[in-house]
Amino acid sequence: MVDVPYEATVDVPPAEVAEVELYHPKSWWTQYVFSQDAKVIAIQYSLTATAIGLVALVLSWLMRLQLGFPGTFSFIDASQYLQFITMHGMIMVIYLLTALFLGGFGNYLIPLMVGARDMVFPYVNMLSYWVYLLAVIVLASTFFVPGGPTGAGWTLYPPQAILSGTPGQDWGIILMLSSLILFIIGFTMGGLNYVVTVLQARTRGMTLMRLPLTVWGIFTATIMALLAFPALFVASVMMLFDRLLGTSFFMPALVEMGQQMKYGGGSPILFQHLFWFFGHPEVYIVALPAFGIVSDLISTHARKNIFGYRMMVWAIVAIGALSFIVWAHHMYVSGMHPHFGFFFATTTLIIAIPTAIKVYNWVLTLWRGDIHLTVPMLFALGFIITFVNGGLTGLFLGNVVVDVPLSDTMFVVAHFHMVMGVAPIMVVLGAIYHWYPKVTGRMLDDWMGKFHFWVTFLGAYLIFFPMHYLGLLGVPRRYHDIGEAAFITPSVHTLNAFMSVVALIVGLAQMVFLFNLVWSYFKGRPSGGNPWRATTLEWQTPETPPGHGNWGKELPVVYRWAYDYSVPGAKEDFIPQNQPPTTRAIQGAAT
Amino acid sequence: MVVAIILLLVAVGSVLFHIYSPWWWTPIATNWRYIDDTINITFWITGAVFFAVIAFMAYCVFRFHHKEGRQAHYNPENKKLEWWLSIGTAIGVGAMLAPGLFVWQQFITVPANATEIEVMGQQWQWAFRLPGKDGRMGTTDVRHISPENPMGLNRDDPHGQDDVVIESGEMHLPVGKPVKVLLRSVDVLHDFYVPEFRAKMDMVPGMVTYFWMTPIRTGTFDVLCAELCGAAHAQMRAKVIVEEESDYHAWLEQQKTFAELSGRSAVTKATYRSGGK
Repeated sequence: MVDVPYEATVDVPPAEVAEVELYHPKSWWTQYVFSQDAKVIAIQYSLTATAIGLVALVLSWLMRLQLGFPGTFSFIDASQYLQFITMHGMIMVIYLLTALFLGGFGNYLIPLMVGARDMVFPYVNMLSYWVYLLAVIVLASTFFVPGGPTGAGWTLYPPQAILSGTPGQDWGIILMLSSLILFIIGFTMGGLNYVVTVLQARTRGMTLMRLPLTVWGIFTATIMALLAFPALFVASVMMLFDRLLGTSFFMPALVEMGQQMKYGGGSPILFQHLFWFFGHPEVYIVALPAFGIVSDLISTHARKNIFGYRMMVWAIVAIGALSFIVWAHHMYVSGMHPHFGFFFATTTLIIAIPTAIKVYNWVLTLWRGDIHLTVPMLFALGFIITFVNGGLTGLFLGNVVVDVPLSDTMFVVAHFHMVMGVAPIMVVLGAIYHWYPKVTGRMLDDWMGKFHFWVTFLGAYLIFFPMHYLGLLGVPRRYHDIGEAAFITPSVHTLNAFMSVVALIVGLAQMVFLFNLVWSYFKGRPSGGNPWRATTLEWQTPETPPGHGNWGKELPVVYRWAYDYSVPGAKEDFIPQNQPPTTRAIQGAAT
Repeated sequence: MVVAIILLLVAVGSVLFHIYSPWWWTPIATNWRYIDDTINITFWITGAVFFAVIAFMAYCVFRFHHKEGRQAHYNPENKKLEWWLSIGTAIGVGAMLAPGLFVWQQFITVPANATEIEVMGQQWQWAFRLPGKDGRMGTTDVRHISPENPMGLNRDDPHGQDDVVIESGEMHLPVGKPVKVLLRSVDVLHDFYVPEFRAKMDMVPGMVTYFWMTPIRTGTFDVLCAELCGAAHAQMRAKVIVEEESDYHAWLEQQKTFAELSGRSAVTKATYRSGGK
């Protein structure tokens, strides 16, 4: 590891691990379907995640229709509304965002960015995708089973999740838990790959402190996911036992609709601890890849090195570590011991410090930059605004006593949509505009991209910013219809209707994006290998899209960090990581 | 240029929205004004940071957007600046956390003179219980629950005989008297939520949770359930009426004790009347 990451080195030590022979596909099936190539797996992950994500988008329309115009749509009743919110939340958090960032971007970018030919365990990597696909199919099947999907809320809190007062008690909850278990098995296979590839398969000269922040973000998030998902796995298995075998892990003695149940001795709060021990790191499992990617987008499109690279790396690691000791801030009003509040409020607010450092360094990267307002850069700016907004409202909810009036209200809904819905999706979209040329060899259409950005960013902000104030007023979440209450004024309904109309428009704008993805694949402007004039290795491949094995005959050798933009005295405003220092610099280093 | 202006407008618009929003918290009805104050402190600090960051970003976009011949400055890091920003952030965080923890300490410290009352949640209705003249509530267990004994009181517990059981979905409280609200559920999670009270807490089957408050103004307040509890979650409503003490006693006189409701009224009703508060 070099001490000062931004100094180029002349001598690169020889590789410690010899290259391993790649698996070569023998037929169309093993090349494109049961492929072991991380790039194909990445695209499979991304397309599957997008497909199930579209289901979540439609569900959000249905929810907004109900909230904006309660009683108007006879095909949405209270139970269905609960099923919609549950499936929307679960799909967005796990099956879309986690799968897309780690399975999609992770698979595509890690081998290319670290200078590897593929993931280290290609066969397991392939299995990871197919188990994920199975998990998605099981999840989607709940729409068609008797009783429909579970309506327990994405948090699946027992006892209600497995009792008859909640929709989807028959099949929905069983299949949901099964799908989660499958997802975790699939993810673990992929996750081990990402971690080992980053640790073992970096090319010569690619020290840890020369990794692009995208890799740091995905790498840290994957380690976190490997540690956090087992808690959800355990909770899912136990709840499945409670539901199917009548065990009482989470079920105390209770009476349901006047009937004495046979449960007894279990703890509903234990489930909440397990769920959030997974659930809070999960927020950062989505956020850290977004942090990493957006850092690289900003640096590349502002033609300036990321400001404070070392601090950025340590902030990612610190956030990752701290996020494991804040989980109970989701449980301030759960009935857990009140003294927990002091500890978890303190740890939660401490996390704000490394997070704030990241925000400062993003905007300081813009300072004295050469800012190209490309579509990826616009999405990066949109990310900063929505993330700062959502991060700051987290300081309300993390500060235990402030959370008391706000918990379980629309303030919470607004907060987490801003910070882990809109903000990461801004990054996902920006990243797609940024790397689409590498994946397809063609540029996405710029005009459609800008239209897509402005409608999505401004629209999402118009939906979720005012929503906080409904929560301040006291409007509870997970209500299909707020109904009659003295504090609900007519203006609440007006605002709800407004947010619903905007939500429909934002959703429709995504159709423009999908059209752009398809249209540009055939008609887009050819991009060449490095359209953004970027430094990182994935833009230096001999072919675009990169071929099997990524690098042709010779692996690239890395001489410098990932952020040599606008280096004084350099001919171009970027120097690729694999470009050796000039003779003059070598002489300078020798003297 | 246009981009910079729009970014700035988002920041300015957010602040203006905050100032002129017709949606704001309900007039407070309990002693928890401190919570509102802490929220206000948090709004000031976070609002200032939000505006500063976005305005700075908009300025950068305006000042440093690409033009022919512009070259970015090469500046890998600035340790001093980064440390100062970290320390400033830590101070801001401390300024929110300290009052927060201070108020939390008060929130979880129940005054000794608080009267205990009980709220019980079940799908999808509320029931209430007040201690009788002995000032103690009898024990309960979900195994005792039956159509005649919906709150599951222990028939053999002498402390429970004079407990006042209220199943009308309308609870009364005297103004100005601290109450410790004991919360329990017999089926799933619920959450006793009155926006004007600020305080709320989940109700968990198998355990008793609590919060405390002192109502400071009279009025009728809607009780909602704030923890998802199944299909009719949104319809789970009740009312709390905070009134002057004399009105409260008049109401209390009309309520029935557990013994009365379970047909063992004679003795207990008398003691309740003679010795009641």
